[in-house]
Amino acid sequence: MTTAALPDVARDDATLRAFLHGLPGVDKVGAEARAATLATRSIKTTSKRWAIDMAISMIDLTTLEGADTAGKVRNLCAKARRPDPADASAPQVAAVCVYGDMVQTAVAALTGTGIQVAAVATAFPSGRASLAVKLADTKDAVAAGADEIDMVIDRGAFLSGRYLQVYDEIVAVKQACGPAHLKVILETGELATYDNVRRAAWLAMLAGGDFIKTSTGKINPAATAPVLLVMLEAVRDFRSTTGRVIGVKPAGGIRTSKDAIKQLVLVNETVGDEWLTPRLFRIGASTLLNDLLQQRQKLTTGHYSGPDYVTLD
Amino acid sequence: MPRATTVAGAAKPSASRAPVRKTYKLYIGGAFPRSESGRSYAVTDSRGRFLANAAQGSRKDARDAVVAARKAFGGWSGTTAYNRGQVLYRVAEVLEGRRDQFVAEVAAAEGLAPRAAGATVDAAIDRWVWYAGWTDKLTQILGNANPVAGPYFNLSVPEPTGVVAVLAPQASSLLGLVSVVAPVLAGGSTCVVVASSARPLPAVTLGEVLATSDIPGGVINILTGAVAEIAPWLASHADVNGLDLCGTDLADAVDLERAAAGNVKRVLRPPASESDWSADPGLTRLTAWLETKTVWHPMGV
Amino acid sequence: MTSERRAFAYAPAPESRALVDIKPSYGLFVGGEFVDPADGTSFKTISPSSEEVLAEVAEAGPADVDRAVRAARRAFTGPWGRMRAAERAKYVFRLARLIQERARELAVLETLDNGKPIRESRDVDVPTAAAHFFYHAGWADKLAYAGLGPDPKPIGVAGQVIPWNFPLLMLSWKIAPALAAGNTVVLKPAETTPLTALLFAELCQQADLPPGVVNIVTGAGATGQALVEHPDVDKVAFTGSTDVGKAIARAIAGTDKRVTLELGGKAANIVFDDAPIDQAVEGIVNGIFFNQGHVCCAGSRLLVQESVYDEVLDSLRRRLGTLRLGDPMDKNTDIGAINSLAQLQRIRELTDAGEADGAERWSPPCELPEQGFWFPPTVFTGVGQSSRIAQEEIFGPVLSVLTFRTPDEAVAKANNTPYGLSAGVWTEKGSRILWMASKLRAGVVWANTFNRFDPTSPFGGYKESGFGREGGRQGMAAYLRSTDA
Repeated sequence: MTTAALPDVARDDATLRAFLHGLPGVDKVGAEARAATLATRSIKTTSKRWAIDMAISMIDLTTLEGADTAGKVRNLCAKARRPDPADASAPQVAAVCVYGDMVQTAVAALTGTGIQVAAVATAFPSGRASLAVKLADTKDAVAAGADEIDMVIDRGAFLSGRYLQVYDEIVAVKQACGPAHLKVILETGELATYDNVRRAAWLAMLAGGDFIKTSTGKINPAATAPVLLVMLEAVRDFRSTTGRVIGVKPAGGIRTSKDAIKQLVLVNETVGDEWLTPRLFRIGASTLLNDLLQQRQKLTTGHYSGPDYVTLD
Repeated sequence: MPRATTVAGAAKPSASRAPVRKTYKLYIGGAFPRSESGRSYAVTDSRGRFLANAAQGSRKDARDAVVAARKAFGGWSGTTAYNRGQVLYRVAEVLEGRRDQFVAEVAAAEGLAPRAAGATVDAAIDRWVWYAGWTDKLTQILGNANPVAGPYFNLSVPEPTGVVAVLAPQASSLLGLVSVVAPVLAGGSTCVVVASSARPLPAVTLGEVLATSDIPGGVINILTGAVAEIAPWLASHADVNGLDLCGTDLADAVDLERAAAGNVKRVLRPPASESDWSADPGLTRLTAWLETKTVWHPMGV
Repeated sequence: MTSERRAFAYAPAPESRALVDIKPSYGLFVGGEFVDPADGTSFKTISPSSEEVLAEVAEAGPADVDRAVRAARRAFTGPWGRMRAAERAKYVFRLARLIQERARELAVLETLDNGKPIRESRDVDVPTAAAHFFYHAGWADKLAYAGLGPDPKPIGVAGQVIPWNFPLLMLSWKIAPALAAGNTVVLKPAETTPLTALLFAELCQQADLPPGVVNIVTGAGATGQALVEHPDVDKVAFTGSTDVGKAIARAIAGTDKRVTLELGGKAANIVFDDAPIDQAVEGIVNGIFFNQGHVCCAGSRLLVQESVYDEVLDSLRRRLGTLRLGDPMDKNTDIGAINSLAQLQRIRELTDAGEADGAERWSPPCELPEQGFWFPPTVFTGVGQSSRIAQEEIFGPVLSVLTFRTPDEAVAKANNTPYGLSAGVWTEKGSRILWMASKLRAGVVWANTFNRFDPTSPFGGYKESGFGREGGRQGMAAYLRSTDA
């Protein structure tokens, strides 16, 4: 990969295709074995305490239900500010993630907290709508006060090889974001192969995304360890090629503290310290927070906790 | 009305204690449902005395069993041979633990003296162990590279055929049963077995062993009832890949084999008379349910 | 490389020593019992990570070896030889299950005695050893299908000498097929790693294995020699250095003894320009740093295509920065101790020679503990084909990097060695993998992977890496004689 060629790599579909297909392949078995070995790291005592607090501070606390109401969103925001009512030392989460039409409610509920409001947009989760609709979706959310936009790529276009179309859409959405930062959801479960995950990650970064995100959380598989590994390798390589530092967000299916801590280990041993901050790593989750809090409580009290000691979202 | 004997394996009644008698149901998808038809039939011992009521399986039960077996096939055939071997060995461990129960049931079903019943149960357990040790060796003795005349790597490997319907032998209620189902599982296929009509009880207890080993639900499904009623539905079923006619008599076998031709099933014909199950099984029941896949790949820089 | 000032430093995560009960002293295991050696000599086994003494172990002299061989012979002509094959199978299955049941204990003991990380003992050595017994148990009553005729027979008493790098696993590679085939064994573990063999002897007792079927005689080179040369040993199986292998071959010349030898290696790990780079780097790391490089089939020579040399080496150096060297009992340790002072000195001698030859030496920053035997992961670049570190087996965490331009050149360099145990090939192109595999003179070729072992997969070398195979159907041949003739 030479640095010089990169700015021109999206000048036409053929060039972009040649670049993406020229990236090194990913051996599935090898990648899964590496992720599995890193999952055996034993994170205990002080490291565990650190990791739990770091994971909490990286959460994008999420509600994306058709049945969402203002009441639900306000409740979630209250939890975001004060995750553990009995323990003020528990950190705040990084952001709350909602549908575009809930942004206003969330912004109002989080004023002055420093917690970001992220909105999913671009006809989330399917992405199946015209570009005009997707841009309008984005602009509405930004206008309502969203700090961050989580967009979805057009997987149909990607899988049929129309890479430039996917690229141009991301560029357009980035423009529509204005001051908001952009996370690009690859929906890795639909991309199916790790080679595709690597290519989509590079495509999203080339097009100007600030973060690459694994999944919408609406389908399985979502954020698996090997997928996260491949994406972390991609941001590492992108950084060494271009100097730009892009964030990573796994989302979907991350329910336990063990899952979250394994992800932090992956970050630690693939890209290192620099990414171990909510500025560059986020975890999209909802039930995870309660499990982290219960684990935190156990470290504090010395005994196992239970669901009665954490609040419903 | 003849007095009921004790249900096989249960405690003898004493003056003050009535044993809790077992209900014999079907084993489908890892669970024990009654027949959807609600029917049952009386099972007697070799001297005509009542043992228990067994479920009388219907065509719908057979249909459900095939669905369960198909659902389980992907997982069972997709797991490693080592894993299958360990799971099958575990079945033998649990069987061994229940040896006395089986000895009583087989003695009652087949009219054997305790010593002979013990020998046949021991043989059934050892037969299961024998098949457990085959899972990770079949590819080595049935598969091979082929020295084709060209710059190609050419490899033939055995693969499990899919769902196999088995009509278990009528006389040998445990050893014969094990001898026809274990090879299906060892090769990676899944199974719907119709137990001996007159001697079904050891088969149901075997289902209990399977349910408490690590065998995933649906890998093997056990139906009891009238073979003559159930068999045609399995023989003609378009989602069954193999058919073992062992437990049917020769008169019915021809029609069943014709029905099986409907989706080109692999068919094992019944023997002229019931086999000597104590003999070395050889490879026939293993290879019957294995396909061969041959792959070519060029060799060159 | 170790925890320094990193944001996410892993706190110590030690496995508990209390899981295993190490006796202060051990006798020999002969005829089903632990017995004292005839002349009472013993030696100490230490933990190479701390140099503490773990236990005193009996040293078997010629009289003890003779006693063990006679016990094995009695068992062979007696209960074991007469036993029905299906029954024999069940004993071997029992051993497999016992290893699984006492897995954690065995893993801890292996790590203490050998110095390898507990993660490796726990996740590789012990489960694979159990798998070997499980696989081979099933062969006992299926020998007619092994391709050796309709009724192959065991050979008799096997004398087996194993190395220190995978003590329990090497024991399983030797004992499982021997027993499955109906032989009885006398096994000598390496003098620096006797403890898991002695715990295995306890498992034999728990399995009610007939006395004399398995005998363990502990000792050093002299014990091994006495065993190999004993007139009533029918078959010799040796894994260890090529020099000792040659000595054994000379010693048994002209006798009726059958022999298999699994000796040293200097494997080439070949990376092409279209390799999946991240996985190839893992394969390189795994190939030479797994088990501290104490692996006969280690990928000790990296042959990298010149066009991707910079990219691969940069990635490799970056990756080596995350390796964790230290206390083998810590679950997060990747690189453990060197097994002995002697081995450490040999590694130092050869790496000094490498520098003297003009190669460039590099290691990631690494804090070595004060006690114990340690060597940092080391990479030599600019290595010539004729350099000592390209030719001789170092048996340590030292990688020699060479380059090539074309596939033909890669093959020629890979084969240009008296050894021929294994090789690695990294490329996304299937036809190239198969072509390379057909040209490489090595008994095991790993494509897009490395250091993978399975009881079903035959393992063994070409040329001076030895002959005979262990594992798989082919591996059974070493312990059987066909009755065709």
